Amino acid sequence: MNFSRLLKTIFLVEFIAGLYMAIKELFRKSKTINYPFEKGPISPRMRGEHALRRYPNGEERCIACKLCEAVCPAQAITIESSERSDGSRKTTRYDIDMLKCIYCGLCQESCPVDAIVQGPNFEFATETREELYYNKEKLLQNGDRWESVLAKNIKMDKPYR
Amino acid sequence: MIEYLQILGQEIYKIIFLLVPILVSVAMIVWLDRRVWGLVQKRRGPNVVGPFGLFQTLADALKYIFKEIIIPASANKVVFILAPIVTMTLALVAWAVIPMSENLVLADINVGILYLFAVSSLGVYGIIMGGWASNSKYPFLGAIRSAAQMVSYEVSIGIIIINVLLCVGSLNLNEIVIAQKELWYVIPLFPMFVIFFISALAETNRPPFDLPEAEAELVAGYQTEYSGMMYAMFWLGEYANILLMCAMGSILFLGGWLPIMDVYPLNAIPAPLWMILKILFLFLLFALIKAIVPRYRYDQLMRLGWKIFLPFSLIYLVLTASFLFYFDKLPKVSI
Repeated sequence: MNFSRLLKTIFLVEFIAGLYMAIKELFRKSKTINYPFEKGPISPRMRGEHALRRYPNGEERCIACKLCEAVCPAQAITIESSERSDGSRKTTRYDIDMLKCIYCGLCQESCPVDAIVQGPNFEFATETREELYYNKEKLLQNGDRWESVLAKNIKMDKPYR
Repeated sequence: MIEYLQILGQEIYKIIFLLVPILVSVAMIVWLDRRVWGLVQKRRGPNVVGPFGLFQTLADALKYIFKEIIIPASANKVVFILAPIVTMTLALVAWAVIPMSENLVLADINVGILYLFAVSSLGVYGIIMGGWASNSKYPFLGAIRSAAQMVSYEVSIGIIIINVLLCVGSLNLNEIVIAQKELWYVIPLFPMFVIFFISALAETNRPPFDLPEAEAELVAGYQTEYSGMMYAMFWLGEYANILLMCAMGSILFLGGWLPIMDVYPLNAIPAPLWMILKILFLFLLFALIKAIVPRYRYDQLMRLGWKIFLPFSLIYLVLTASFLFYFDKLPKVSI
Protein backbone atom coordinates (compact mmCIF):
# COMPACT_ATOMS: atom_id res chain seq x y z
CA MET A 1 0.00 0.00 0.00
CA ASN A 2 1.59 3.27 -1.02
CA PHE A 3 1.59 6.35 1.13
CA SER A 4 -1.06 8.46 -0.58
CA ARG A 5 -3.45 5.51 -0.60
CA LEU A 6 -2.82 5.04 3.11
CA LEU A 7 -3.63 8.69 3.78
CA LYS A 8 -6.76 8.38 1.69
CA THR A 9 -7.86 5.40 3.73
CA ILE A 10 -7.15 7.01 7.07
CA PHE A 11 -8.99 10.21 6.26
CA LEU A 12 -11.90 8.35 4.64
CA VAL A 13 -11.56 10.44 1.48
CA GLU A 14 -13.56 8.15 -0.77
CA PHE A 15 -16.17 7.74 1.90
CA ILE A 16 -16.66 11.47 2.33
CA ALA A 17 -16.84 11.92 -1.43
CA GLY A 18 -19.55 9.28 -1.48
CA LEU A 19 -21.41 10.97 1.32
CA TYR A 20 -21.23 14.30 -0.51
CA MET A 21 -22.57 12.62 -3.63
CA ALA A 22 -25.41 11.04 -1.66
CA ILE A 23 -26.40 14.37 -0.14
CA LYS A 24 -26.29 16.00 -3.57
CA GLU A 25 -28.49 13.31 -5.06
CA LEU A 26 -30.88 13.55 -2.10
CA PHE A 27 -32.13 16.90 -3.37
CA ARG A 28 -32.33 16.00 -7.05
CA LYS A 29 -35.61 15.08 -8.67
CA SER A 30 -36.31 11.37 -8.56
CA LYS A 31 -36.40 9.41 -11.78
CA THR A 32 -39.35 7.21 -10.89
CA ILE A 33 -43.04 8.09 -11.13
CA ASN A 34 -45.97 7.52 -8.79
CA TYR A 35 -47.09 4.59 -10.87
CA PRO A 36 -50.78 4.02 -10.31
CA PHE A 37 -51.36 7.77 -10.29
CA GLU A 38 -48.88 8.80 -12.95
CA LYS A 39 -48.08 6.73 -15.99
CA GLY A 40 -45.14 6.69 -18.31
CA PRO A 41 -45.46 7.39 -22.03
CA ILE A 42 -46.64 4.51 -24.23
CA SER A 43 -45.68 4.01 -27.87
CA PRO A 44 -48.48 3.79 -30.47
CA ARG A 45 -47.02 0.39 -31.33
CA MET A 46 -47.64 -0.89 -27.81
CA ARG A 47 -48.75 -4.51 -27.93
CA GLY A 48 -51.05 -4.75 -24.95
CA GLU A 49 -54.54 -6.12 -24.40
CA HIS A 50 -56.37 -7.32 -27.49
CA ALA A 51 -59.50 -5.72 -28.90
CA LEU A 52 -61.89 -6.43 -31.79
CA ARG A 53 -62.83 -3.25 -33.60
CA ARG A 54 -66.04 -2.22 -35.33
CA TYR A 55 -66.77 0.02 -38.31
CA PRO A 56 -68.21 3.42 -37.45
CA ASN A 57 -71.68 2.13 -38.36
CA GLY A 58 -71.44 -0.52 -35.65
CA GLU A 59 -70.72 -3.50 -37.92
CA GLU A 60 -67.95 -5.84 -36.79
CA ARG A 61 -64.82 -5.59 -38.87
CA CYS A 62 -63.84 -9.23 -38.48
CA ILE A 63 -64.60 -11.30 -41.57
CA ALA A 64 -63.58 -14.63 -40.04
CA CYS A 65 -60.72 -15.21 -42.46
CA LYS A 66 -58.89 -17.02 -39.64
CA LEU A 67 -55.49 -15.63 -40.66
CA CYS A 68 -54.80 -14.63 -37.10
CA GLU A 69 -55.69 -18.09 -35.87
CA ALA A 70 -53.32 -19.57 -38.42
CA VAL A 71 -50.44 -17.22 -37.70
CA CYS A 72 -50.69 -17.27 -33.92
CA PRO A 73 -47.47 -18.98 -32.74
CA ALA A 74 -48.92 -19.77 -29.33
CA GLN A 75 -52.21 -21.05 -30.80
CA ALA A 76 -54.06 -18.84 -28.39
CA ILE A 77 -56.83 -17.88 -30.81
CA THR A 78 -59.87 -20.05 -31.56
CA ILE A 79 -62.37 -18.96 -34.21
CA GLU A 80 -65.61 -20.52 -35.40
CA SER A 81 -67.66 -18.92 -38.15
CA SER A 82 -70.91 -19.27 -40.06
CA GLU A 83 -72.85 -17.46 -42.74
CA ARG A 84 -75.14 -14.77 -41.50
CA SER A 85 -78.69 -14.21 -42.86
CA ASP A 86 -77.46 -11.35 -45.09
CA GLY A 87 -74.91 -13.66 -46.71
CA SER A 88 -71.78 -12.30 -45.04
CA ARG A 89 -69.35 -14.55 -43.19
CA LYS A 90 -69.02 -13.62 -39.52
CA THR A 91 -67.49 -15.20 -36.46
CA THR A 92 -69.72 -17.03 -34.03
CA ARG A 93 -66.87 -17.53 -31.65
CA TYR A 94 -63.65 -15.61 -31.21
CA ASP A 95 -61.66 -16.66 -28.15
CA ILE A 96 -58.22 -15.55 -27.09
CA ASP A 97 -56.50 -17.30 -24.22
CA MET A 98 -54.62 -14.33 -22.77
CA LEU A 99 -52.47 -16.70 -20.72
CA LYS A 100 -51.22 -18.54 -23.79
CA CYS A 101 -50.74 -15.33 -25.77
CA ILE A 102 -47.15 -14.17 -26.07
CA TYR A 103 -48.10 -10.66 -27.21
CA CYS A 104 -46.06 -10.91 -30.43
CA GLY A 105 -48.46 -8.80 -32.46
CA LEU A 106 -48.62 -11.21 -35.43
CA CYS A 107 -52.44 -11.35 -35.28
CA GLN A 108 -52.64 -7.61 -35.67
CA GLU A 109 -50.18 -7.67 -38.58
CA SER A 110 -51.96 -10.49 -40.36
CA CYS A 111 -55.42 -8.96 -40.10
CA PRO A 112 -56.52 -7.60 -43.51
CA VAL A 113 -59.28 -5.42 -42.08
CA ASP A 114 -57.62 -4.13 -38.90
CA ALA A 115 -60.18 -5.97 -36.81
CA ILE A 116 -58.03 -7.64 -34.18
CA VAL A 117 -55.60 -5.14 -32.70
CA GLN A 118 -53.48 -4.89 -29.59
CA GLY A 119 -54.20 -1.75 -27.64
CA PRO A 120 -52.16 0.29 -25.20
CA ASN A 121 -53.79 -1.26 -22.13
CA PHE A 122 -51.50 -3.44 -20.06
CA GLU A 123 -53.34 -3.31 -16.76
CA PHE A 124 -55.77 -6.18 -17.13
CA ALA A 125 -54.60 -8.41 -14.32
CA THR A 126 -57.37 -10.49 -12.80
CA GLU A 127 -57.87 -12.52 -9.67
CA THR A 128 -58.86 -15.74 -11.42
CA ARG A 129 -57.50 -17.64 -14.39
CA GLU A 130 -60.94 -17.92 -16.03
CA GLU A 131 -61.29 -14.18 -16.37
CA LEU A 132 -58.33 -14.18 -18.76
CA TYR A 133 -60.02 -16.50 -21.28
CA TYR A 134 -61.37 -13.69 -23.45
CA ASN A 135 -64.37 -14.35 -25.68
CA LYS A 136 -65.78 -12.37 -28.56
CA GLU A 137 -68.06 -10.30 -26.37
CA LYS A 138 -65.21 -9.21 -24.13
CA LEU A 139 -62.97 -8.40 -27.11
CA LEU A 140 -65.66 -6.32 -28.79
CA GLN A 141 -66.24 -4.54 -25.50
CA ASN A 142 -62.53 -3.75 -25.37
CA GLY A 143 -62.75 -2.45 -28.92
CA ASP A 144 -65.61 -0.12 -28.04
CA ARG A 145 -63.81 1.08 -24.96
CA TRP A 146 -60.47 1.83 -26.61
CA GLU A 147 -61.70 2.71 -30.13
CA SER A 148 -60.54 6.34 -30.13
CA VAL A 149 -57.04 5.43 -28.97
CA LEU A 150 -56.82 2.42 -31.26
CA ALA A 151 -57.83 4.42 -34.33
CA LYS A 152 -55.31 7.11 -33.49
CA ASN A 153 -52.51 4.60 -32.92
CA ILE A 154 -53.20 2.81 -36.20
CA LYS A 155 -53.19 6.10 -38.05
CA MET A 156 -49.92 7.18 -36.43
CA ASP A 157 -48.26 3.86 -37.19
CA LYS A 158 -49.57 3.65 -40.79
CA PRO A 159 -46.48 5.14 -42.54
CA TYR A 160 -44.23 2.46 -41.08
CA ARG A 161 -46.30 -0.58 -42.00
CA MET B 1 -50.66 -1.02 50.30
CA ILE B 2 -52.39 2.03 48.83
CA GLU B 3 -49.17 3.97 48.97
CA TYR B 4 -47.37 1.17 47.19
CA LEU B 5 -49.99 1.12 44.44
CA GLN B 6 -49.73 4.88 44.11
CA ILE B 7 -45.97 4.72 43.61
CA LEU B 8 -46.39 1.85 41.18
CA GLY B 9 -49.00 3.81 39.24
CA GLN B 10 -46.73 6.83 39.06
CA GLU B 11 -43.83 4.77 37.80
CA ILE B 12 -45.96 3.07 35.18
CA TYR B 13 -47.25 6.46 34.09
CA LYS B 14 -43.67 7.67 33.72
CA ILE B 15 -42.61 4.57 31.81
CA ILE B 16 -45.53 4.87 29.40
CA PHE B 17 -44.70 8.53 28.96
CA LEU B 18 -41.19 7.44 27.93
CA LEU B 19 -42.07 4.37 25.86
CA VAL B 20 -44.86 5.75 23.70
CA PRO B 21 -42.76 8.58 22.22
CA ILE B 22 -39.92 6.14 21.62
CA LEU B 23 -42.13 3.65 19.81
CA VAL B 24 -43.68 6.41 17.73
CA SER B 25 -40.27 7.85 16.88
CA VAL B 26 -39.02 4.37 15.96
CA ALA B 27 -41.90 4.13 13.51
CA MET B 28 -41.05 7.55 12.09
CA ILE B 29 -37.37 6.69 11.92
CA VAL B 30 -38.07 3.57 9.87
CA TRP B 31 -39.99 5.75 7.47
CA LEU B 32 -37.17 8.30 7.36
CA ASP B 33 -34.63 5.56 6.75
CA ARG B 34 -36.52 4.11 3.81
CA ARG B 35 -37.35 7.53 2.44
CA VAL B 36 -33.77 8.83 2.52
CA TRP B 37 -32.54 5.58 1.07
CA GLY B 38 -35.07 5.92 -1.74
CA LEU B 39 -34.31 9.57 -2.43
CA VAL B 40 -30.56 8.99 -2.64
CA GLN B 41 -31.21 6.24 -5.16
CA LYS B 42 -33.54 8.62 -7.08
CA ARG B 43 -36.60 6.66 -6.08
CA ARG B 44 -39.50 8.14 -4.17
CA GLY B 45 -39.57 5.85 -1.18
CA PRO B 46 -42.79 5.19 0.74
CA ASN B 47 -45.13 8.08 -0.02
CA VAL B 48 -48.64 6.67 -0.22
CA VAL B 49 -49.93 5.99 3.30
CA GLY B 50 -50.71 9.27 5.05
CA PRO B 51 -48.98 12.61 4.39
CA PHE B 52 -45.61 11.90 2.70
CA GLY B 53 -46.14 8.23 3.55
CA LEU B 54 -45.57 8.94 7.23
CA PHE B 55 -47.95 6.19 8.32
CA GLN B 56 -46.23 3.54 6.23
CA THR B 57 -44.66 1.92 9.28
CA LEU B 58 -47.98 1.84 11.11
CA ALA B 59 -49.52 0.12 8.11
CA ASP B 60 -46.65 -2.36 8.10
CA ALA B 61 -47.07 -2.99 11.81
CA LEU B 62 -50.78 -3.62 11.30
CA LYS B 63 -49.94 -6.09 8.59
CA TYR B 64 -47.44 -7.89 10.83
CA ILE B 65 -49.95 -8.09 13.68
CA PHE B 66 -52.47 -9.89 11.50
CA LYS B 67 -49.95 -12.29 10.02
CA GLU B 68 -49.63 -15.81 11.30
CA ILE B 69 -46.72 -16.56 13.61
CA ILE B 70 -45.03 -19.68 12.35
CA ILE B 71 -42.85 -21.61 14.77
CA PRO B 72 -40.66 -24.20 13.03
CA ALA B 73 -41.31 -27.76 14.20
CA SER B 74 -37.70 -28.36 15.21
CA ALA B 75 -37.25 -25.03 16.95
CA ASN B 76 -36.74 -24.67 20.66
CA LYS B 77 -40.09 -22.99 21.26
CA VAL B 78 -39.43 -21.19 24.52
CA VAL B 79 -36.16 -19.63 23.40
CA PHE B 80 -37.55 -18.99 19.94
CA ILE B 81 -40.40 -16.93 21.37
CA LEU B 82 -38.19 -15.31 23.98
CA ALA B 83 -35.58 -14.01 21.50
CA PRO B 84 -37.53 -11.14 19.91
CA ILE B 85 -38.95 -10.21 23.30
CA VAL B 86 -35.45 -9.98 24.74
CA THR B 87 -34.21 -7.93 21.80
CA MET B 88 -37.02 -5.43 22.00
CA THR B 89 -37.09 -5.17 25.77
CA LEU B 90 -33.36 -4.54 26.02
CA ALA B 91 -33.51 -1.94 23.28
CA LEU B 92 -36.30 -0.08 25.07
CA VAL B 93 -35.01 -0.54 28.63
CA ALA B 94 -31.81 1.31 27.82
CA TRP B 95 -33.76 4.49 27.16
CA ALA B 96 -34.46 4.84 30.88
CA VAL B 97 -31.17 6.64 31.46
CA ILE B 98 -31.05 8.83 28.35
CA PRO B 99 -31.47 12.45 29.49
CA MET B 100 -33.62 14.51 27.16
CA SER B 101 -32.94 17.59 29.31
CA GLU B 102 -31.49 18.21 32.74
CA ASN B 103 -34.66 17.02 34.50
CA LEU B 104 -36.37 14.99 31.81
CA VAL B 105 -34.82 11.61 32.52
CA LEU B 106 -36.51 8.53 33.92
CA ALA B 107 -33.61 7.21 35.99
CA ASP B 108 -30.80 9.66 36.73
CA ILE B 109 -28.44 6.98 38.03
CA ASN B 110 -24.79 7.72 38.69
CA VAL B 111 -23.49 4.87 36.52
CA GLY B 112 -25.68 5.80 33.55
CA ILE B 113 -23.11 5.17 30.86
CA LEU B 114 -22.15 1.79 32.32
CA TYR B 115 -25.80 0.80 32.41
CA LEU B 116 -26.23 1.91 28.82
CA PHE B 117 -23.16 -0.02 27.75
CA ALA B 118 -24.22 -3.12 29.64
CA VAL B 119 -27.73 -3.14 28.22
CA SER B 120 -26.61 -2.52 24.67
CA SER B 121 -24.09 -5.36 25.05
CA LEU B 122 -26.84 -7.67 26.25
CA GLY B 123 -28.63 -6.99 22.97
CA VAL B 124 -26.51 -9.68 21.35
CA TYR B 125 -28.27 -12.31 23.44
CA GLY B 126 -31.55 -11.76 21.65
CA ILE B 127 -29.83 -12.35 18.35
CA ILE B 128 -27.94 -15.44 19.48
CA MET B 129 -31.07 -16.90 21.04
CA GLY B 130 -33.05 -16.25 17.89
CA GLY B 131 -30.41 -17.77 15.66
CA TRP B 132 -29.81 -20.81 17.82
CA ALA B 133 -33.43 -21.56 18.65
CA SER B 134 -34.47 -21.47 14.99
CA ASN B 135 -32.53 -24.72 14.49
CA SER B 136 -31.76 -23.86 10.90
CA LYS B 137 -28.47 -23.16 9.19
CA TYR B 138 -28.93 -19.59 7.97
CA PRO B 139 -30.16 -18.11 11.25
CA PHE B 140 -27.39 -19.98 13.05
CA LEU B 141 -24.65 -18.59 10.79
CA GLY B 142 -26.18 -15.12 11.03
CA ALA B 143 -26.30 -15.29 14.80
CA ILE B 144 -22.70 -16.44 15.06
CA ARG B 145 -21.51 -13.67 12.78
CA SER B 146 -23.53 -11.14 14.67
CA ALA B 147 -22.20 -12.26 18.03
CA ALA B 148 -18.58 -12.08 16.89
CA GLN B 149 -19.14 -8.72 15.26
CA MET B 150 -20.94 -7.10 18.16
CA VAL B 151 -18.44 -8.37 20.71
CA SER B 152 -15.48 -7.12 18.66
CA TYR B 153 -16.84 -3.66 18.16
CA GLU B 154 -18.04 -3.33 21.73
CA VAL B 155 -14.41 -3.47 22.82
CA SER B 156 -13.50 -0.39 20.85
CA ILE B 157 -16.72 1.38 21.88
CA GLY B 158 -15.77 0.68 25.49
CA ILE B 159 -12.37 2.27 25.05
CA ILE B 160 -13.93 5.25 23.29
CA ILE B 161 -16.27 5.69 26.23
CA ILE B 162 -13.26 5.60 28.57
CA ASN B 163 -11.79 8.41 26.47
CA VAL B 164 -14.81 10.56 27.15
CA LEU B 165 -14.99 9.56 30.80
CA LEU B 166 -11.39 10.65 31.29
CA CYS B 167 -12.41 14.14 30.26
CA VAL B 168 -15.60 14.19 32.32
CA GLY B 169 -14.77 12.38 35.53
CA SER B 170 -18.28 11.05 36.00
CA LEU B 171 -20.39 8.16 34.75
CA ASN B 172 -23.62 10.11 35.04
CA LEU B 173 -25.00 10.95 31.60
CA ASN B 174 -26.29 14.34 32.70
CA GLU B 175 -22.86 15.27 34.01
CA ILE B 176 -21.27 14.12 30.77
CA VAL B 177 -23.55 16.53 28.94
CA ILE B 178 -22.93 19.40 31.35
CA ALA B 179 -19.16 18.88 31.10
CA GLN B 180 -19.44 19.75 27.41
CA LYS B 181 -20.81 23.22 28.09
CA GLU B 182 -17.54 24.87 27.02
CA LEU B 183 -16.57 22.55 24.21
CA TRP B 184 -18.30 19.58 22.67
CA TYR B 185 -16.09 16.53 22.79
CA VAL B 186 -16.54 16.05 19.07
CA ILE B 187 -13.83 18.69 18.56
CA PRO B 188 -10.96 17.42 20.76
CA LEU B 189 -11.94 13.78 20.31
CA PHE B 190 -12.93 13.93 16.66
CA PRO B 191 -11.13 10.70 15.60
CA MET B 192 -12.87 8.94 18.47
CA PHE B 193 -16.21 10.28 17.28
CA VAL B 194 -15.60 8.83 13.82
CA ILE B 195 -14.58 5.48 15.25
CA PHE B 196 -17.53 5.52 17.62
CA PHE B 197 -19.85 6.18 14.73
CA ILE B 198 -18.44 3.38 12.61
CA SER B 199 -18.47 1.01 15.58
CA ALA B 200 -22.09 2.00 16.20
CA LEU B 201 -22.86 0.98 12.63
CA ALA B 202 -21.32 -2.42 13.33
CA GLU B 203 -22.97 -2.67 16.72
CA THR B 204 -26.44 -2.18 15.27
CA ASN B 205 -25.81 -4.41 12.23
CA ARG B 206 -26.28 -1.57 9.80
CA PRO B 207 -24.67 -1.43 6.35
CA PRO B 208 -21.78 -1.69 5.59
CA PHE B 209 -21.59 -4.16 8.48
CA ASP B 210 -24.95 -5.88 8.03
CA LEU B 211 -23.30 -9.28 7.69
CA PRO B 212 -25.67 -11.03 10.12
CA GLU B 213 -28.49 -10.43 7.71
CA ALA B 214 -26.52 -10.42 4.46
CA GLU B 215 -29.43 -11.24 2.22
CA ALA B 216 -27.29 -12.55 -0.61
CA GLU B 217 -25.73 -15.26 1.54
CA LEU B 218 -27.90 -15.79 4.60
CA VAL B 219 -31.47 -15.06 3.43
CA ALA B 220 -32.20 -12.79 6.41
CA GLY B 221 -29.72 -14.06 8.99
CA TYR B 222 -31.14 -14.68 12.43
CA GLN B 223 -34.57 -13.39 11.37
CA THR B 224 -35.04 -16.00 8.65
CA GLU B 225 -37.44 -18.26 10.55
CA TYR B 226 -39.41 -15.45 12.15
CA SER B 227 -42.74 -14.20 10.93
CA GLY B 228 -45.56 -11.92 11.90
CA MET B 229 -45.28 -9.87 15.05
CA MET B 230 -42.13 -11.63 16.22
CA TYR B 231 -40.30 -10.44 13.13
CA ALA B 232 -41.70 -6.96 13.66
CA MET B 233 -40.38 -7.02 17.23
CA PHE B 234 -36.89 -7.81 15.98
CA TRP B 235 -37.18 -4.86 13.65
CA LEU B 236 -38.46 -2.61 16.37
CA GLY B 237 -35.63 -3.63 18.64
CA GLU B 238 -33.12 -3.06 15.89
CA TYR B 239 -34.31 0.42 15.12
CA ALA B 240 -34.69 1.30 18.81
CA ASN B 241 -31.06 0.21 19.16
CA ILE B 242 -30.03 2.42 16.27
CA LEU B 243 -31.78 5.37 17.88
CA LEU B 244 -30.10 4.48 21.15
CA MET B 245 -26.69 4.51 19.50
CA CYS B 246 -27.51 7.90 17.97
CA ALA B 247 -28.56 9.18 21.38
CA MET B 248 -25.38 7.78 22.91
CA GLY B 249 -23.28 9.46 20.23
CA SER B 250 -24.98 12.78 20.75
CA ILE B 251 -24.57 12.58 24.52
CA LEU B 252 -20.93 11.54 24.43
CA PHE B 253 -19.73 13.81 21.65
CA LEU B 254 -22.35 16.30 20.51
CA GLY B 255 -23.26 17.81 23.86
CA GLY B 256 -26.57 16.02 24.38
CA TRP B 257 -29.33 18.51 25.08
CA LEU B 258 -27.03 21.56 25.04
CA PRO B 259 -27.58 24.17 22.33
CA ILE B 260 -24.83 24.72 19.79
CA MET B 261 -23.94 28.05 21.40
CA ASP B 262 -25.27 29.58 24.57
CA VAL B 263 -26.63 32.69 22.83
CA TYR B 264 -30.17 34.02 22.74
CA PRO B 265 -32.09 32.55 19.77
CA LEU B 266 -30.38 29.18 20.15
CA ASN B 267 -30.77 28.67 23.88
CA ALA B 268 -34.45 29.61 23.67
CA ILE B 269 -35.09 26.34 21.87
CA PRO B 270 -36.06 23.79 24.54
CA ALA B 271 -33.40 21.26 25.51
CA PRO B 272 -35.30 18.09 24.44
CA LEU B 273 -35.60 19.55 20.97
CA TRP B 274 -31.83 19.98 20.74
CA MET B 275 -31.41 16.38 21.78
CA ILE B 276 -33.91 15.23 19.17
CA LEU B 277 -32.21 17.33 16.49
CA LYS B 278 -28.84 15.80 17.28
CA ILE B 279 -30.24 12.27 17.28
CA LEU B 280 -31.90 13.02 13.95
CA PHE B 281 -28.67 14.37 12.52
CA LEU B 282 -26.79 11.22 13.48
CA PHE B 283 -29.61 9.04 12.20
CA LEU B 284 -29.58 10.86 8.87
CA LEU B 285 -25.91 9.95 8.60
CA PHE B 286 -26.83 6.34 9.36
CA ALA B 287 -29.45 6.42 6.62
CA LEU B 288 -27.16 8.10 4.07
CA ILE B 289 -24.39 5.63 4.75
CA LYS B 290 -26.79 2.76 4.16
CA ALA B 291 -27.31 4.15 0.67
CA ILE B 292 -23.68 4.62 -0.33
CA VAL B 293 -21.60 1.76 1.02
CA PRO B 294 -21.13 -1.82 -0.15
CA ARG B 295 -21.08 -4.60 2.40
CA TYR B 296 -17.79 -5.54 4.09
CA ARG B 297 -16.38 -9.00 3.77
CA TYR B 298 -16.28 -10.86 7.05
CA ASP B 299 -12.51 -10.94 7.43
CA GLN B 300 -12.32 -7.24 6.54
CA LEU B 301 -14.84 -6.51 9.22
CA MET B 302 -12.84 -8.37 11.83
CA ARG B 303 -9.58 -6.81 10.69
CA LEU B 304 -11.07 -3.33 10.95
CA GLY B 305 -12.38 -4.00 14.42
CA TRP B 306 -9.39 -5.72 16.01
CA LYS B 307 -6.38 -4.49 14.07
CA ILE B 308 -7.30 -0.89 13.37
CA PHE B 309 -10.00 0.46 15.68
CA LEU B 310 -8.86 -1.22 18.87
CA PRO B 311 -5.17 -0.17 18.71
CA PHE B 312 -6.07 3.27 17.44
CA SER B 313 -8.53 3.98 20.20
CA LEU B 314 -6.05 2.63 22.75
CA ILE B 315 -3.34 4.96 21.45
CA TYR B 316 -5.75 7.85 21.50
CA LEU B 317 -6.70 6.93 25.06
CA VAL B 318 -3.07 7.20 26.09
CA LEU B 319 -2.78 10.51 24.21
CA THR B 320 -5.88 11.93 25.90
CA ALA B 321 -4.71 10.81 29.31
CA SER B 322 -1.22 12.25 28.82
CA PHE B 323 -2.61 15.51 27.52
CA LEU B 324 -4.98 15.88 30.46
CA PHE B 325 -2.24 14.95 32.92
CA TYR B 326 0.43 17.17 31.42
CA PHE B 327 -1.77 20.28 31.27
CA ASP B 328 -3.27 19.42 34.66
CA LYS B 329 -6.80 19.27 33.26
CA LEU B 330 -7.80 15.99 34.82
CA PRO B 331 -11.31 16.29 36.28
CA LYS B 332 -11.36 16.65 40.02
CA VAL B 333 -13.19 13.64 41.38
CA SER B 334 -13.84 13.18 45.07
CA ILE B 335 -13.94 9.53 45.96
